[in-house]
Order: sequence, then C-alpha cells, then structure tokens
Amino acid sequence: MAPRTIEMQLQTPGLDAQGRVQMSPLGLQRIDRTADDLHAEHMLVNIGPQHPATHGVLRLVVELDGERVIRVIPHIGYLHSGFEKLGEYRHYNQIVPLTDRTDYLSPMANNVCLAMAAEKLMGIEITERCTVLRVIACEMSRIISHLVWLGTTGIDLGAMTPFLWSFQQRERIYNLQESWTGARLTTSLTRVGGLMADIPDSFEAGLRDFCRTFPKTLDEVDTMFTRNAIWAGRTQGVGVLTREEAINFSLSGPMLRASGVEWDLRKDKPYLGYQDYDFDVPVGEHGDIYDRYRIRLEEMYQSTRILEQALDKLAKLKGAPINVSDPRVILPPKSRAMSDMEAMIFHFKQVMEGVSAPAGEAYLGIENPKGELGYYFVSDGTAKPVRWRIRPPSLINLAALPKMCEGALLSDVIAINASVDIVMGEIDR
Amino acid sequence: MSPAPDVPALRAKFGTAVTRHAVIAGDDIVWIAADRAREALAWLKAEGYGYLVDITAVEYRDPELPLEVVWMLRDLGTARDLRVKVALDPKAPLAVDSVVDLWRGADWLEREVYDMFGVTFRGHPDLRRLLMWETYHEGHPLRKGFPLRGHFSRAEQTRQALAANPEAHYSMEELSIAEAYDDLPQEMRERLARGERGNV
Repeated sequence: MAPRTIEMQLQTPGLDAQGRVQMSPLGLQRIDRTADDLHAEHMLVNIGPQHPATHGVLRLVVELDGERVIRVIPHIGYLHSGFEKLGEYRHYNQIVPLTDRTDYLSPMANNVCLAMAAEKLMGIEITERCTVLRVIACEMSRIISHLVWLGTTGIDLGAMTPFLWSFQQRERIYNLQESWTGARLTTSLTRVGGLMADIPDSFEAGLRDFCRTFPKTLDEVDTMFTRNAIWAGRTQGVGVLTREEAINFSLSGPMLRASGVEWDLRKDKPYLGYQDYDFDVPVGEHGDIYDRYRIRLEEMYQSTRILEQALDKLAKLKGAPINVSDPRVILPPKSRAMSDMEAMIFHFKQVMEGVSAPAGEAYLGIENPKGELGYYFVSDGTAKPVRWRIRPPSLINLAALPKMCEGALLSDVIAINASVDIVMGEIDR
Repeated sequence: MSPAPDVPALRAKFGTAVTRHAVIAGDDIVWIAADRAREALAWLKAEGYGYLVDITAVEYRDPELPLEVVWMLRDLGTARDLRVKVALDPKAPLAVDSVVDLWRGADWLEREVYDMFGVTFRGHPDLRRLLMWETYHEGHPLRKGFPLRGHFSRAEQTRQALAANPEAHYSMEELSIAEAYDDLPQEMRERLARGERGNV
C-alpha cells in the first residue's frame, strides 16, 4: 500500500499502542476476560430497519464476537414499491415521475437517464440547448447527493457542524430546482425528446452565484475533515476493497474509483457532450472510507467547474429550442392545442396513445452520483415498455457491505455503511 | 490485456451454441444456448469482459416468445459492452447456471431475478428472495401472469402481514446462530429440513 500524505496515529488514553490497558480509569479493577465463558459466545445484533444510522429502512443482522464483526447479513426490501412492474403499465413519459422516487436524492439525474434511454430506443437526437441543460441537471444532482452523503456521514461519525453547512448549500440548489421545475424533490424534469420547461430568467444568475460561493463551503469542510485526527482515524484503512474486489463486486461510481479503478462513464463512454467539458476525475488508491470521502469532495469541486462551463455554453444558445421539432414526440404548446386543429390532434394522440417505440431494446447507463445508473428498456412496438429494468448503483454497491465489514468493529459497520452512499428508494425500488 | 473478443470470435469458439447475433440501438446482443451459457460467460470474462454490469430477465407480453435471462458485460479497458442472452421456455421450469463464482457482484442480482421471475440459478450458494420476504408465496411479481395489484385484496394482504411472524425473516445463516428455528412456519421448516433452497 502506498504511503499516505497524512500519517497519524491515534491512541486512546489509558491504552498503549498495542491496545493493552495501562491504567484503570476511575479506579475500576480490571476483569480477567479469559476467565469467564462469555468469551466464546457470539452475539447477534439487529440494526434497523428503523435506525438513523442505516440511512433508511435497511436492516443489518450482525454477528459479533465481543466487538469484532464476524459477519453482516443485510436485509432489504422494506421499501419495495414495484416500480419496474408499474413502468410496464405506463407510457415512457409517464415513467419519469417514478424515477424521481427511486433515487430521491438526485431526482433530476434520474429523469435525464430515463429520457436518454427512451431516446436511444427511439433513435431521437436532442437539441444542443437541451444537452447543456441536462448536463446542468446532472451536475446539480451530483452536488446535492454528495452533500447529503457528506452531512449524514459526518453525523454518523459524530460531527454535527458539516451537516448543517452542507444542508444549507443543498437548500440553495433545491431553490434553483424549484424555480426550474416547480418541485423541490419530485422534479420530473425531462420528457422524451426534450425537457418539461426551459429555465426561468433568474436561474442563470442564481446558479452562477452558487458556483461562485459554494466552493468556500467545500473548503471549510476540507479544513474540518481532511486533516481531522478523529475523522482520519475512523475512516483510514476501514472498509477496504482492493481494485480486483471492486471490479468483481461490480461496484461503480465513487466506490469503484476509490479502489483505484479509473472508470467514469462521463469520460469513458461520453454522453451529453461530456467530452467537451474540462474536468478531472479523482481516483483513490486505498479503497477505504477516507478515499471515498476525498473523491466525493473533489467531485463536488469538479461539478462546480462543469456547471460554470455549461453556463458559458448556455449563454451562446440563448433562445435556442429545448425540444426536438417532432409533433409525434413533443406535446404542442397548450395555446396552439387550443386554437389549431392539427396541434389538437397531435396533443390528443400523444396524451391518449403515448409515444410509441420501435420493437427492440436499449440499455443506457449514466454516471449518477452513486454510481452507474442504467435503464434498460425492452419494447414490443407499443407505447408502453415490455420491461423496464433499473440498474440500481446503490443496491450493487451495498452487496459488497458484508465483505467490507469482515473483521471490523461494530462502530466501523456504521461508518462503512455510510460510505457506500445508499438510498433505500433505489435499492428496494 | 488483449482487446475484448468480438462476436465472430465467440462464434468461432462456441459454434452453433451462439444461436443469434443482433445489433439493436447500437448494442451487440448475442443469444447463447442455455446449457453452454456459463461456459461462454466464463470464457468472455477471461478474454476481457471482466466487469459485470447487470443481470436481469425479460418476459414478453406475447406468451409464445421465450423468457430471456440477460447478462450485461463490459470490458473496462476498451469500454466495450456485450449483452448475452439465454432464451428459456416460460412454461417449463426456469433454470440457468449461476455465475457467482465468476463475479461476486452476481450474488444479489441473481437473487433478485429469482425473486422477481422465479429463475433458479444452479450453483448459487444462497438463493433466497431478495426484495420480497422469504415466506412470500404469491409468486414472482415481474412475471406477466402476475396481476399489477397482486393476487390478494388489500385487506387480505394486510391480514397476512399482521399474521406473519417477523422472526421468519431471518435467513438460515442467522438461524444457525439465533436458534429461532422453532418459530418458523411449518411449511418453511419442512422445506429447510429437506435441505431445499430457492424453490417455492
């Protein structure tokens, strides 16, 4: 393992470096643990499904030998809503609201992925302005999702203040989301072939202001965490996955990159014109919680960079259309549908019959904040998919949890679980 | 590492076991005979497709069409994707070989396909339902024969949920520790006593 830039050793008062007790606090007598028969007995501890540290309705059954974890058995499904089944009964555009509710910490990125998967299936090329706006949606989602991760993980490890900072900044993105889509959480931003709405007038100034001031908060978090002895002690060398293990477990996103795999769909399989943006992809080397933290922190800086470039591009595309000019795909404006016979017919056909896709199938994966989110559509030529599969990054990343927790302490389980960045809406779907 | 093999190389290696090849929406898709799927996947993994993107299944609305199990593979070096499919007769017992020993990530994905479609993965070490609970017996929700709102009324579902024993949600591994075996429903105890796993 390569040496760290930050080396530190933590020592608990009263213990020497090997963990042997040097003095008994409060005059307590040391109990000879080897003498009683408690030593050999394994304990079964149930964490969740209603537990603040499991980030939702996740249930972990932990077998313990003392404080050492023998194994962890996760139980999921408490939030199962049958989204994939529901999708088979809906038009492609009607599935967009379902995607808001899967990974509800980054709804706009999910909307974008759904529209792109449907467009790949139907062979639709979107407009340039729409591409830029979708990049903005994806990167705003990345920032708010990582901010939630940062805040909640900080709380799990005992740091309250960064939670307040990050949620304060997240609120600003939510206000922008609200001004754009009318909703803070259930954005339903995209439509097949375009977007629900263009950005409002004040949006660009608001986002520029955010990009200018937001990195200051990240700098503060950096000051608070990166060289913090408690933070480093709780995260360095905990929950380690090697490069080979990360690939073998099909991990994606920051979890994969923390283990030293240079893989980012934005760079390696570019979509939405990401190849034209200048940004860096942070890659870790130790595969532990600390590296995952460093990667997510750096990704927020990089997202801010992408947002600034996207705003520059947007300024050149003022007044350009956001939707494809195909009346079979995009609804006509309401005023035209009310006054023009042809527009009304297209409106009626689309609302009643939906946008039909040719028989076939398409898989499209995008780099979501939590990893590779993929939507797999199979169509039989009708307006409703035969099969809508969500490739849930949280679920696949969480599957590596038992491996990461082997031999860890019970308190590490909380930290490792937090580092996976799960959202149960997406895991259980 | 040499670049990932293309479809002609797969055909040359497995001959008639590769029943069909198509490029749909720009993606390469190959259909492989069910009995040689595992062998082909192991070969593809060794030849460069080292990353398993997803495992899922598709059942068509047309009952004449086969149910398909889908593996999505990727070569991280060249960013090439390959989709491998196996066609199964939806009226016969559904079973394919597990690839958990090749990719650890396949563990939960195979459990989900088993849970949702009832496809048994031979050789899976712990084939339990993933999202639905162990004693769930309405069937496999993503099959086309399964009604959108389930087989039972809302009232009946609530009644069953209230009557269920939460201890029964422990897996065999946990029961070996917790000794909660006696609290399981009779049907499940009989199944486990026969050593039966992954069949409802």
